[in-house]
Amino acid sequence: MRAVIALLSGAFFGAGLHISGMTDTTRVRGFLDITGAWDPTLAFVMGGAILPMLLAWRLTRTRKPLTGGDFPAPPAQEITRPLIVGSVLFGIGWGLVGLCPGPAVASISYGGWQGAVFLAAMLAGMWALPPLRRALDSRTRAA
Amino acid sequence: MDIAWVYGLLGGLLIGCGGALFLLGTGRIMGASGLVGGIVDGTGRDKGTTLAFLLGLIGLPALLSLGGWQVDTQATPQLALLVFGGLAVGVGTRLANGCTSGHGVCGLSRFSLRGLVATLAYIGAGAATVTALRWGLGL
Repeated sequence: MRAVIALLSGAFFGAGLHISGMTDTTRVRGFLDITGAWDPTLAFVMGGAILPMLLAWRLTRTRKPLTGGDFPAPPAQEITRPLIVGSVLFGIGWGLVGLCPGPAVASISYGGWQGAVFLAAMLAGMWALPPLRRALDSRTRAA
Repeated sequence: MDIAWVYGLLGGLLIGCGGALFLLGTGRIMGASGLVGGIVDGTGRDKGTTLAFLLGLIGLPALLSLGGWQVDTQATPQLALLVFGGLAVGVGTRLANGCTSGHGVCGLSRFSLRGLVATLAYIGAGAATVTALRWGLGL
């Protein structure tokens, strides 16, 4: 049951990316191009996606997940250095190419070697972060 | 009003419905970087559910493409940009513990301060990067 729900959720996400035009990096980079020919499409996508989620978060107050367990705890409010540094780094990569993790994964289904190269590098980065972080942490402690 | 905005809104609603279904059905947050990263570095729990989600995320666009609705990333052919961009997105989203879907869609909709700060930071850095590239290199 969980797997079926997850499969459907992923299908909704994939369909939404496909239909919204967010698979096209020129549109995403167009949204970020605030001093050029600004393309607001991404703001419509974000706004459209937030609407059902507002309702969903509201429902979590009085319900339990359909397949059991609990909903996530209330969000942490602490603004940490990794949150800022990581988001800035992500923004730089996003601005350079125009792909974020969702569309990068979906892009392998519609071909194009650029998406595949980007995805491989992204997976390598995700894989490399935990050991990289440990190395940096131990260096900070030693200093 | 540009027709692309209408498609954007419709697609966005579908993405949000996916997130809502995932949350209400499984109790989990639909954040692409967290889902993929948990598989890649082995820290993720409930992996079967995650893999089913990723199958849907890849499978449905594949079906649409096979059915004749082709799209293209139009991404840069410059290998160095693709590799550096991918690495930055991979490391950055895992360090920040979220990306456009997690901090953006799921975080903003629950009024998360961390989600808001992350979203402003990556949009700001993205805008600065695009502007710098265009002015500096004409890309």
